[in-house]
Amino acid sequence: MNIAVCIKQVPDSDKVTIDRETNRLNRTGVPSVINPFDENAIELGLQLKDKYGGKVTVITMGPPQAEQALRDCIAVGADDAYLITDRKFAGADTWATSYTLSLAVQKAGNFDVVLFGKQAIDGDTAQVGPGVAYFMDIPVITYVKEAEKTDKGFKVKRVTEEGYQVWEVDGQAAFTVVKEANTMRLPSLKGKMRAKSATITTWGADDIGVEEEKIGLKGSPTIVRKVFSPPIKTNRETIQNEDPKQSVKELLGKLKERKLI
Amino acid sequence: MEYFLTDEQKMIVELSRKITDELIIPERARLDQEEIFPTEILKKIAEADLYGLYIPEAYGGFGGGVMDFILAVEEFSRGCIGVSVSFAANALGIYPVLAFGTEEQKQKYLPAIAAGTKQAAFGLTEANAGSDAGGVQTTAELKGDYYILNGTKQWITNGGEADTYTVIAMTDKAKGARGASAFIVEKGTEGFTFGKKEDKLGIRASATRELVFQDCKVPKANLLGKEGMGFIVAMKNLDHSRPGIAAQGVGLAQGAMEAAIKYSRERVQFGKPISAFQANQHKIANMATEIEAARCLLYATARTIDAGIKDFSMESAMCKLYATDVANKVANEALQIFGGYGYMREYPVEKMFRDAKILQIYEGTNEIQRNVIALDAIKKSAKQDK
Repeated sequence: MNIAVCIKQVPDSDKVTIDRETNRLNRTGVPSVINPFDENAIELGLQLKDKYGGKVTVITMGPPQAEQALRDCIAVGADDAYLITDRKFAGADTWATSYTLSLAVQKAGNFDVVLFGKQAIDGDTAQVGPGVAYFMDIPVITYVKEAEKTDKGFKVKRVTEEGYQVWEVDGQAAFTVVKEANTMRLPSLKGKMRAKSATITTWGADDIGVEEEKIGLKGSPTIVRKVFSPPIKTNRETIQNEDPKQSVKELLGKLKERKLI
Repeated sequence: MEYFLTDEQKMIVELSRKITDELIIPERARLDQEEIFPTEILKKIAEADLYGLYIPEAYGGFGGGVMDFILAVEEFSRGCIGVSVSFAANALGIYPVLAFGTEEQKQKYLPAIAAGTKQAAFGLTEANAGSDAGGVQTTAELKGDYYILNGTKQWITNGGEADTYTVIAMTDKAKGARGASAFIVEKGTEGFTFGKKEDKLGIRASATRELVFQDCKVPKANLLGKEGMGFIVAMKNLDHSRPGIAAQGVGLAQGAMEAAIKYSRERVQFGKPISAFQANQHKIANMATEIEAARCLLYATARTIDAGIKDFSMESAMCKLYATDVANKVANEALQIFGGYGYMREYPVEKMFRDAKILQIYEGTNEIQRNVIALDAIKKSAKQDK
């Protein structure tokens, strides 16, 4: 199975401090890490490779130092890595980023599946995975927890607020992966040694054949009008048991407890 | 301190630190309280390729030496020496095969240990053969193609959990120490059983059991070296493994000191963090200095061994003695900085304090280490007079 995983390097949120004078985030000197949700996508990719054989290719768009995040992926078992970097990409929103990444993914190989974390912890948009799928014109399934191969494509479990859905998809597909899916494995000594000497392919705007007006700040139509937290849905409770009879019993118990029946 | 570690050694430290912070530290209190053998953690250590650090590449290992090994042990010990001894006892169990085994024996036993799919243990100590290791009473009698082993080994680390054991038994009692031989005994061999798991003061995650041999049939091919070499095998093995115990001491002390310094910055008494009081500052100064001194001695010893210097009994004994005495002192002082809280199970220093004691006892008591060091020093002086 030929697997691609798109990742992003983000500041390590555990290590970000607040400047007491200005009340702003201290970003300088903060170490960068693989976006935590992307770790779940990497692990799912590695699990698919363990199960069906093949290769895991990691791709990131970012500044030159994002190379370290790619090497960290090789240390846990990724085979190939591509760094998409160019000053011309600066200021890209999720639309321009999706466009750029989609070209890089298509140039890097013919993949059976393209994986993403469900969102990045710095932007939190959850748009790049579906965006890349749009530009590649392939189906996308978001919030995937489990995936297995079928004769024609994949069968996946997709997490929803109420539980989960099972989807089947034929042919090439993109998935965004949730945290509940797994925990990324630890690197190995052999992996770390390989990561140190691995060649990272670096591509700029000209290498992937972009249309200049679609990248960077120029290609970014997003305007942030307002930032707010959506209202949180509360008082939701799921009763789930192996035996439905037990669930009914618990539900009746709770209703009686609240004197509703 | 700049220790001039190679890039690979830095990776070993980084990886071991990650395992310690993410897997050992969150689990150590539970493993200790419930006396759980750390099977899952050891599996992760094996998956990280750290089991075979000191085993040659030809047998599936990393091909490193004592230095590479002790760096991992030191890091794991910062978290829990119950876990680190379960890891390190593999080296003690398999080094005799590495150093004295035939090519066939190496091919048969080393790869599984290097991969971490099997565990090893070393069986020397008996009820009446502790510091006086020459007093081994377990016998091995050659009958046809088998040696028949009879006797009981005591307090064997990884006993019951390990698959491959190197065991010292007497093939000729009349010859005393020169009548001892070393054998590889596999778990599941007829007549080989285990006693109950010991209930210990510390290192409670580690498994300590008796090895019981009752007419146990060990194939002749499992003799290590020659008959009569058992005592040499045992002594060389202990010389080689003592830096591992020193690394446990340095690691434990480092963990205790870090916890104590952090606590002293947070705990406020008389309107100040207690780190502002000179009584505590001097404790911290002594801890930091002595830990670094122990680490220097440990690393220098490990490098001496890896350089191929033939006789390193004295160096090995010195680093074990010093680092484990420092560990006990530091654990004691760290607990004192914590005061009443340190005496409670809620904080990790209580466990470190209990754990530290074994370091002065196992792999040769510190009194025995002093004997080794003194005799070596006196021998050297006598040589100069000649």
